[in-house]
Amino acid sequence: MVQVKRRITPGYVMVVLFVGLFAALCLYPFLMVISGSLTSRSAAVMHGFSLIPKEFTTDAYTVLFTNSASIIKAYQVTVGVTVIGTALSLLINSMMAFVVSRPNLYGAKFLNIYVLITMLFSGGIVPWYVICTQYLKLTDTYAALVLPMAASAWNVFLIRNYFRSMPHELYESARVDGASHFRIYRRIYVPLAKPIMATVLLFAALAYWNDWWHGLMLINRAEMQPLQMMLRAVIANIQFLMAQSGTATPWMNEMMARLPSDGVRMALVVITTGPIILVYPFVQRYFVKGIMVGSVKG
Amino acid sequence: MTDKLNRKKIRRIFGDWQLYAMALPCVALLFAFAYMPMGGLILAFKRVTDFSVGIFRSPWADPWYRNFELLFRGNPAALSAMRNTLFMNFLFISVGTVFALALALSFNEIRRPFYKRLTQSISFLPYFISTVVIGIFVSGMLAFETGSVTNLIHSITGERIRFYMEPGYWPGIMLAVNIWRLGGFNAIIYLAAISGIDPQLYEAAEIDGASRMQQTWHVTLPLLVPTIIILTILAIGRIMNADFGLFFNVTRDVASLYPTMDVLDTYIYRALRRSGDIGISTATGFFQSVVSFALVIVSNKLANKIEKGSALF
Repeated sequence: MVQVKRRITPGYVMVVLFVGLFAALCLYPFLMVISGSLTSRSAAVMHGFSLIPKEFTTDAYTVLFTNSASIIKAYQVTVGVTVIGTALSLLINSMMAFVVSRPNLYGAKFLNIYVLITMLFSGGIVPWYVICTQYLKLTDTYAALVLPMAASAWNVFLIRNYFRSMPHELYESARVDGASHFRIYRRIYVPLAKPIMATVLLFAALAYWNDWWHGLMLINRAEMQPLQMMLRAVIANIQFLMAQSGTATPWMNEMMARLPSDGVRMALVVITTGPIILVYPFVQRYFVKGIMVGSVKG
Repeated sequence: MTDKLNRKKIRRIFGDWQLYAMALPCVALLFAFAYMPMGGLILAFKRVTDFSVGIFRSPWADPWYRNFELLFRGNPAALSAMRNTLFMNFLFISVGTVFALALALSFNEIRRPFYKRLTQSISFLPYFISTVVIGIFVSGMLAFETGSVTNLIHSITGERIRFYMEPGYWPGIMLAVNIWRLGGFNAIIYLAAISGIDPQLYEAAEIDGASRMQQTWHVTLPLLVPTIIILTILAIGRIMNADFGLFFNVTRDVASLYPTMDVLDTYIYRALRRSGDIGISTATGFFQSVVSFALVIVSNKLANKIEKGSALF
């Protein structure tokens, strides 16, 4: 490999600046929200949100902690759904991947196509909604937050491709030794496929943590809503209050002025998104690996 | 003879019963949440006033294309939603691809591993954030009174823009949001392709006296063309589908932004859950599903023609 020490050219400086600027812009909203959650409403109205709080206050967090019952409940829902959903989706998708990667299985080809079709064609949300509410009776059940996302063609194929790349002799010799299919899957294939399992686990966990769609469509009871829906509800309530304040009494306006409504919203973002940001540095390389594997062959 | 063969086959199938049992949960869930809704598409040809009657017991529409007539005749909102979907996806595909490519090539040039890793990790972070939170980020910048961008513009020009009342700004805003969210993610895909390029090509170019810029232009880019074409074709296959969360949460579903920001997915949602135009929403959904399917099939065939094995099937 020819390694030449390169000079710093104007082009290189531009590249460095471009990359740095984009990274800064990616980071900016996060910092703005943290700062915003610590800014008083009057300062926000006077100057807008900035990177450093102009008038420091923890009122927003006080408001959240005095009303913490619903937040804790929503946290419980989200954590529960994420843990159960991720475990379930990892299990059923990897089992399916194992099955469709068996070359001599009668019907493996059919099962492959069965999974593939769900990637290519979708009934859309209207029939989906009718099936979920009228036939599967998922309205206001926790199953509505777990089951619809559990089986994923994308994850099945990601794991299948990994299984396929493993030497077939592993399987055959275990078969000769009398191991059952499930045992081979559990004792040989899953442990050897740890990298791809980690990637799928993280993608699934992220999808469950960030999900609000199933809450929006299938959950009507407020106490069963996950965190992301709670975040949405707070936005809607604040919008409602804002709209009301235009015609409200001076007393109401004064209340609104003191209540750090934007701040509350941003503090809730800090609380709900915080866990993702905290684990991100440790897990991001698995995502990168997953994308690279997936982009080589879907 | 054939009897014997059949028996052998049956014995093999019974011997593999564990495998079929392992496939069952996934098969069942896909059946419930993917295949049953596909069957439910016949709703588009039914006259539905109340979902509790069920898909099969609802009477047929009269005439059979009644719902489609409602959709296509004198329904400017649906046509506008279709136009917006196509236009926004066109923007995302064209500008988004150029940006992701520029970002990937830039990352590839950075010589300090620490700076490269740091900037790359940060640029990938927005991909992890839900659209609900992105909506709050955007309103933190664009809100009339408190938005940081609104205030910045105010301090320069002395004017405050009511962003949430002006649909004209939003194609640009949404494009920026989409690049912010997916730029780092897409750059990684291109970086993966770049890392697959034979280093000997660069050595040869260097010996021939090519500068770094020339190497990028004459070696890296031409070798990326197949990847670019394939990703673009696959994206065109999904051009009828918009990201519901993005358009629903980031615009806060404000009615004044519908002229440019109402896409097929948000239109169908509203027709289904709010206005109760079940007929129109099923017809729109049917139209979207069928056209998408045709586009996906054609685009995958095309991608496969350019590079074998690059498509979904």
